[in-house]
Amino acid sequence: MTQQHPVPHATVKLVTPPEVVHEHPDVEPIPWKTGRVGIVPSLDDVAILSPTSTSTSTSTSPPTPKPKKSSKLSGSGIPPRRIAVVLKWARRSAQTFFFALFMYFLFQTAFRGSFAARADTPVRLPLPVEAFLLADPFVGAMTVLSTHTVYRGLLWSVGLIALTMVFGRVFCGWICPFGTLHHFFGWLLPSRHGRGASRVEANKTHTYQRVKYYLLYAFLLAGVGGSAIGGLFDPICIAVRSIGLGIIPGAQYISHRALGGLQDVPSRGVQSAADHAQDWLAQAVWQSKQFYFHQTWFIVFLLIAVLFANRFIPRFWCRVLCPLGAFLGVFSRFALFGMTKDHAKCTDCNLCLVHCQAADSPQGGVKWRQDECHMCMNCENACPEDVIKFTFLPNRRSTITAPDTERRTALAAVGAGALFLPAARVADSLDVNYHPKVIRPPGAVEERAFLERCIRCAECMKVCPNNALHPAFLEAGIEGLWTPILIARIGYCEFSCVLCGQVCPTGAIQKIGEKEKMGIGQAPIKIGTAFYDHGRCLPWSMQTPCIVCEEFCPTSPKAIWVEEVDAPVRDSKPGPHGAAPAFRSVHLQRPHVDPSLCVGCGACEKVCPVQDQPAVYVTSVGETRSKTNVILLENTNYNQKS
Amino acid sequence: MTVPPEGPFPPATPEDVARPSRREMLVRIGAAAGVLGAAAAGARALWDKGGFDVVQASGIRQVRDYRLAERDAQHAELAIARAAPKESGDDSPHPNETPDDLVRRAVGAMGGMGRFISRGDVVVVKPNIGWDRMPIHAANTNPDVVAAVITLAYEAGAKKVVVADGSCNDPNRCFQRSGIWRAAYALGADVVLPQEHRFRTMRLKGDVLDEWPIFTTLVDADKVINVPIAKHHNLAKYTAAMKNWYGVLGGRRNRLHQNIDTSIADLATFMRPTLVIVDAWRVLMRNGPQGGNIDDARDAHTVFATVDQVAADAFGCTLIGQKRENLDYLAMGEKRGLGTTRWESLRVKEV
Repeated sequence: MTQQHPVPHATVKLVTPPEVVHEHPDVEPIPWKTGRVGIVPSLDDVAILSPTSTSTSTSTSPPTPKPKKSSKLSGSGIPPRRIAVVLKWARRSAQTFFFALFMYFLFQTAFRGSFAARADTPVRLPLPVEAFLLADPFVGAMTVLSTHTVYRGLLWSVGLIALTMVFGRVFCGWICPFGTLHHFFGWLLPSRHGRGASRVEANKTHTYQRVKYYLLYAFLLAGVGGSAIGGLFDPICIAVRSIGLGIIPGAQYISHRALGGLQDVPSRGVQSAADHAQDWLAQAVWQSKQFYFHQTWFIVFLLIAVLFANRFIPRFWCRVLCPLGAFLGVFSRFALFGMTKDHAKCTDCNLCLVHCQAADSPQGGVKWRQDECHMCMNCENACPEDVIKFTFLPNRRSTITAPDTERRTALAAVGAGALFLPAARVADSLDVNYHPKVIRPPGAVEERAFLERCIRCAECMKVCPNNALHPAFLEAGIEGLWTPILIARIGYCEFSCVLCGQVCPTGAIQKIGEKEKMGIGQAPIKIGTAFYDHGRCLPWSMQTPCIVCEEFCPTSPKAIWVEEVDAPVRDSKPGPHGAAPAFRSVHLQRPHVDPSLCVGCGACEKVCPVQDQPAVYVTSVGETRSKTNVILLENTNYNQKS
Repeated sequence: MTVPPEGPFPPATPEDVARPSRREMLVRIGAAAGVLGAAAAGARALWDKGGFDVVQASGIRQVRDYRLAERDAQHAELAIARAAPKESGDDSPHPNETPDDLVRRAVGAMGGMGRFISRGDVVVVKPNIGWDRMPIHAANTNPDVVAAVITLAYEAGAKKVVVADGSCNDPNRCFQRSGIWRAAYALGADVVLPQEHRFRTMRLKGDVLDEWPIFTTLVDADKVINVPIAKHHNLAKYTAAMKNWYGVLGGRRNRLHQNIDTSIADLATFMRPTLVIVDAWRVLMRNGPQGGNIDDARDAHTVFATVDQVAADAFGCTLIGQKRENLDYLAMGEKRGLGTTRWESLRVKEV
């Protein structure tokens, strides 16, 4: 990493160039400038320089043998304004609150039933568990560009734009649960190279921070083309997807093993405590059974990779990749609240940079980058020289408000976004090369419209009570990565359940009711059709009674009907004196599917006792949402609404 | 320990080239021998010599017997409570007749709940909460019948009444939409959903059911009351009391259908309830066991109680027009001494 200033053109003339080290006789030597690395605490664990606290910042304490408290504040020791201290603590409280709220909503993204509900109460979640996604203007913008509409609750995202217009990117610093996670891991994980001088260097503005803007432009152009694939990079989507589909089931697995193991402890008290713990967890945190998600290891691996990146570049995700942050960065140029700097007072102590979350150039001598700043208020709190002040309608002489992107690269990104769609769709398109296993959730719109809307937030997979919905890998083409598909072998679609549509924030799965789903007074919603593999079916080829499929078929009349036959079956043992085995007759019920009644829920496939490759299986053909993926002539209706 | 300075080593001193002392040598040999010995002992202790230990499904069948020892001659062994018709020739019941009345009458004829439940008992009530269906569909036990049984149990002095079942569909949905969760909770019963950790693998030693995860909540009890619903079953033809014990099984129950009659008999051998109270207020006539169409069910306005599971099903099947000879599991149960298919031979009371 070079010592050169990353934004040379932004240097303000009225101070000494930052390459020159100030020599203030009354300023204590700063550890990383004296080469004593490794003792500078990172980020927020530095003592707060509040007016009431007289303890000094530990960053300036002598190295050996033990930090000795001096009565002096570092530098000139001018305490931060009370309002700045209050705002910093307000920010920490907000981060805690919103992260807790996000996790609570995620835990509540599950139907757990209620003792208070009547038998005829429609099954819905009581809370708006998808609220964080509804407030996400990047999701809003992508789907506006792809569908030219704002779907229902996504109107809330305008509120977040309004908040950004007033306060800048406060969402990133104060609200975003994924940002809070990175804030925390940036504090927890700095390496030896992420402290001291390297940390100051890392927290200066770097050109790689432009990447997020290029990503944003590419994703928005993909949206114009008709794909909401930007959801792969939306921080809320990532948080829901990786925590909901990976961390929570993983924690459940570990807890089940650990608390289950306690049952072997020969103590009634321990066993009972373990039982109660599992009861509580099953009711409040996860569900009554272990959930599994197809190829979720990859989703978790990416989460861990991006969290680990904090070790080298603090808040790597937020600074470099986050398209939502970039989106808010574009709007933050209008923000009324912002920073002023008194460059003349700056001693280059770099304490602001030690604490800076967003690498937005808070230090003296350079212009502040409003579009990058998370408004975390750490710099003003850290500054001992009264340089930095956050105010309404600040003087903008030392502020850069617009993203620092290069026009050619931005255009290239836009071009890449626009080209992605033809490339992906020429490679794999569901309405050309139909994939039998891409069974979309009930109420999903037609595939092209689905890809315009689906942001891969995984809310539907998290809420599915039967663990039926899973993130697709390449089944639905490269463009369909992590879109929901039903894997009936793991779980089937519960006939009366419409929860996936309830939580879908973008309308990729419509908010259907029981009437539409079950077909009360109309045709039910079909997501596929079941087929029998006669070579594997017990009554068909092994002369063994079974028909569990028929028992579980939820439609009325049942889509599976049975043919009563008396079939010959050979004895397993040879006859007396090595004679050929005898034959006897066995009464069997052989199942058939009525394709006009089958809704494709997959209950039959789920319960088929032929465990590895079931004798009855569901494929997507016959799904209501498609005008072309049909079998029956009667369902071929090009006039139907998609 | 101090870190040696980098760069070329300083010239060797006499201590650097001297051999270790005897003491140090002994310590080092001792340490090596100790680690080797510990590794060898550990490996020996955990040594798997290979081969197979074949677990035999032989021996005495596991039985959970909650029955009363006495069968007092003054009480009925099968008590059938039918709602009085509003007027003759009309199927609809008298407006004053509720499932609660029928349960009370049937249990009363059996000698009252006090005969079966002692003060301070933990009583498990096992309804059928198998399906995501509402009471009108008659796929799950009627919540009013379950409520009546819970009330009677508490009136008889039960310390705690537990209501539980292992559902086929999503349990949360089944418990809520069957109406049983709400009804049981309102009466103060513990409603226990089939959470994974409540299952423990047990050896039932049945003919087809050997090792299987068992819903422990249903078997950890002083008294167990079986409260099934009478309904059609496409494979087993008619099911109620004996088949209701499918609810104690976890794991993948789908294989059992290949020999459904034997598995039902195995389960009824394992679970011997204190009392069977069969809900036939509304019975499922076809498309069983799940139904789903209101027209599949018919009002029978009947509740019957018995201490004989086999007789319960032998009598109950007549309600949907089935014959006991057609139900193989009844013959198996009778052969195993679980009860009698000749329900007429019991002391029958119609109330």
